[in-house]
Amino acid sequence: MKRRNFIQYAGLGAGALMVPSLLMGNSISAEALLNPGLDVAVKKRLADVALNTARSLGATYADARIGRYLNQYVFTREDKVQNVVNTESFGVGVRVIANGTWGFASTNNVTEDGIKKATNQAVAIAKANSKIQKDPVKLAPVKAHGEVSWKTPIKKDFKDVPVSEKVDLLLSANAAAMENGANFVNSALFMVNEQKYFASTDGSYIDQDVHRIWPTFNVTAIDRSAGKFKSRGAMSAPMGLGYEYLDGDPAEKLDGIEGMKLYRNSYDIVEDAILAAQQAKAKLTAKSVEAGKYDLVLEPNHLGLTIHESVGHPLELDRVLGYEANYAGTSFATLDKWKSKNFKYGSEIVNLVADKTYPGSLGAVGYDDEGVKTKKWDLVRNGILTNYQAIRDQVHMIDQNESHGCCYSQSWNDVQFQRMPNVSLEAGKEKYSINDMIKDVEKGIYIAGRGSYSIDQQRYNFQFGGTVFYEIKNGKIVGMLDDVAYQSNTQEFWNSCIKICDKDDYRIFGSFFDGKGQPSQISAVSHGSSTSRFKDINVINTGRTI
Amino acid sequence: MAIYTKDEARAIMEKALSFSTADACEINLNGSESGNIRYARNTVSTSGHRSNQNLVVQSNFGLRSGTASIDEFDDESLKKVVKRAEELAQLSPENPEFMPPLGPQSYDQSKTFIEDSANISPDYRAEVANSSIGPAAEKDVTAAGFFNDSSGFSAMMNSNGLFAYNKSTNADFTVTMRTNDGTGSGWVTRDFNDVNKFDPVEASNVAINKALMSREAKAIEPGKYTVILEPAASIGLLNNMFRSFNARTADEGRSFMSKEGGGTKLGEKIVDERINVWSDPLHPDVPTATWNGEGQPLKKMKWIENGVVKNLAYGRYWAKKNGVEPVPFAPNGIMEGGDASLEDLIKSTKKGILVTRLWYIRGVDPQTLLYTGLTRDGTFYIENGQLKHPVKNFRFNESPIIMLNNLETLGQQVRIDGNLIPYMKVRDFTFTSLSDAV
Repeated sequence: MKRRNFIQYAGLGAGALMVPSLLMGNSISAEALLNPGLDVAVKKRLADVALNTARSLGATYADARIGRYLNQYVFTREDKVQNVVNTESFGVGVRVIANGTWGFASTNNVTEDGIKKATNQAVAIAKANSKIQKDPVKLAPVKAHGEVSWKTPIKKDFKDVPVSEKVDLLLSANAAAMENGANFVNSALFMVNEQKYFASTDGSYIDQDVHRIWPTFNVTAIDRSAGKFKSRGAMSAPMGLGYEYLDGDPAEKLDGIEGMKLYRNSYDIVEDAILAAQQAKAKLTAKSVEAGKYDLVLEPNHLGLTIHESVGHPLELDRVLGYEANYAGTSFATLDKWKSKNFKYGSEIVNLVADKTYPGSLGAVGYDDEGVKTKKWDLVRNGILTNYQAIRDQVHMIDQNESHGCCYSQSWNDVQFQRMPNVSLEAGKEKYSINDMIKDVEKGIYIAGRGSYSIDQQRYNFQFGGTVFYEIKNGKIVGMLDDVAYQSNTQEFWNSCIKICDKDDYRIFGSFFDGKGQPSQISAVSHGSSTSRFKDINVINTGRTI
Repeated sequence: MAIYTKDEARAIMEKALSFSTADACEINLNGSESGNIRYARNTVSTSGHRSNQNLVVQSNFGLRSGTASIDEFDDESLKKVVKRAEELAQLSPENPEFMPPLGPQSYDQSKTFIEDSANISPDYRAEVANSSIGPAAEKDVTAAGFFNDSSGFSAMMNSNGLFAYNKSTNADFTVTMRTNDGTGSGWVTRDFNDVNKFDPVEASNVAINKALMSREAKAIEPGKYTVILEPAASIGLLNNMFRSFNARTADEGRSFMSKEGGGTKLGEKIVDERINVWSDPLHPDVPTATWNGEGQPLKKMKWIENGVVKNLAYGRYWAKKNGVEPVPFAPNGIMEGGDASLEDLIKSTKKGILVTRLWYIRGVDPQTLLYTGLTRDGTFYIENGQLKHPVKNFRFNESPIIMLNNLETLGQQVRIDGNLIPYMKVRDFTFTSLSDAV
């Protein structure tokens, strides 16, 4: 499935319905999701078949990933259930190096015979491609981990929660929105469990159980006489958490401006739906922004997407080197800028870190999809570009000898490659709240939630919208705005970052369906930050008359 | 073997249907074989082959329906998947919008399958890559490209007597050429049902020439410009416009097609009167299947005639509720063109910009169909009928509705992403900022 299709589903356009696709595997019952899958000892025996077969065929390296990928998606609109989808995809992918060249093959026939055949095919592909390979693969060394396991530390497995309970929750959020003035509401719950077993000829056997969840909705208010409609999306974030994310724990709520509620590790979908309906209605009569320069006060659930596009993607080493030139593009953050050790990516208070371990994040795993233990590392420190995101066969190109542990594949059926880890902006060190920040702004706009986003293929010029906008005048919120989008250049934007709220305001934003590669693969990633202020940013008015 | 013949598919589906005890049952059977090659930095990076097959059962009892799928088709597996769909249907809530499966239909014979395209070999794919890499290296240019071919079938059968079957082939190619000094970039895309129409050397050379021509671009002020949009540049905006031809969202008041005071823009003139758009599954250059996922026959359908909205798509439920005939969504988009070649359009332009493609297009305001995005891989300044020099890329904020109201000239049609779209000259296209990206 193409990324855009996913985005359409995620955007919950009218009539959005998820149809089981080949990517997602077979459509099954909710009860079948509870089947425990293969025993780890059986997985080890089967993985060893791949590793031994590869060695016997002359491969110098091999890894096998036995994956069981479970998805449950629930879609509703107003008072109706549109679809409940449960899918299971099960198979094995074998990757080898032979004659210094990668080869990959996969099969859903998870038997000794099936795995031997796939391994043969992977080695044959490697050998065939080696004839046109110019640079033999160089792998950074990795420690043998032996037999280990890792599990997302969830409190409530979505698979144990009856579908009816999930449906009831979404319908009650829909009803709350309708009672508060919404004309339409679409809502959805996306739940994912990746049961992944990885084994390699380096001596690692890694069993992982990864969980992700995303509750979301889109509320629309209509003024028929004026022929106008406005929408307000959910303030939730997709998270690396269990079903407990939907408990609405008051301890995880923050009070935002103008009666807004903001959510950390627990979400109250009904409460948010009520506010969404009120804000969607208010947007119908909100003042259209006057174009010009404003100080922007960007809330974490908005800023996360800006971090994703303007920091996460340009610092992927494969993009920098040109491997993604034909699809997503290349990067302005070229090797010479990194080597200079003085490239000012942002102002001195800007510290951007990559982190595959942050609890509750979408990118958190114990080990990546080539058996590297995950970690945290600096990308930008005190405003200076310090590193990229790279995996085992790439780090030698930046004179490093340790993989960063950010290799991922969306399924057993696809080859793993470098994917963005969580990339986050560190909180400010001094005590400073959102209210303190607003008091300090003379002419500004507060922006919360994700909106329209677009950035060029080298990640210089971008334009972002948002979910809700409030005008700030002389230290006070004076009302809602509409038709707001800001345009900037990545380096200028991060150098105009003059203030960051402290850790009490820190929250993570997430992208559930990030796309990369040809054929395209999806991946899920989080971006943490505290509310931040950017000085004198160009704001345009997006209102038009047709 | 993932490609079943009509008779093989029919036999499997009849067997599955024979196990059904539901009020109604619908079976979809699909299979495909696809191969690809990806290259970058003037060398092959990955290549792959995929074979998939899948049988999906939807069973319903009254307004309750359940779906289950499987990729093995022996009797036991078929029995199991039908039983699972029925169990799920019994458990699921009633869907008041559920529509029972259609009865028997008759379909035109599609033109989507070309035998040669189904027989593409790994050697052919490697040759496609070499056709880019060799000429690129000679010109001090670096190629990054992707070629993907697929052949497959889809079949549908239900307990009300409907049976549909289609086979199709596709080949898609894109390549980005970047000059080694990093100052020029060119791109090309090609897609076909019939791979015999594909010339990878010709296509690669288009991208190489654009890369060489686009070196050392000059910055000019953003603003409103007359633009010549290649079909690859306009297709993204047009596709977004085609998607709004949906009666339900228009009736609900949440679409560009909704009208002030209620009602829809059906029958109203929304763009220049020279704009005519239709879909046609039997068009020889952009053939599609002649039936859709609901088993509805697809026929030639007009969407915009002389600038007037001629039809909006009605899903079966919405059509029934409104007492009208269902109108299936368009399987492709064909926009009437003119005789002018790209060269003619350039010659007739006093001052303007030639745009190769638009990139990272995202919606800004669904009310006005306003979109933003950037030019990429070949943007040139035109003066007095000639390409003068390359210009730096722009960000645009524009609506396809405004764009088609500002039409100057329609040029020749080109196949693009399964659609047939003309070159277009448009005045006052809105560029809002400059980008340093190459």
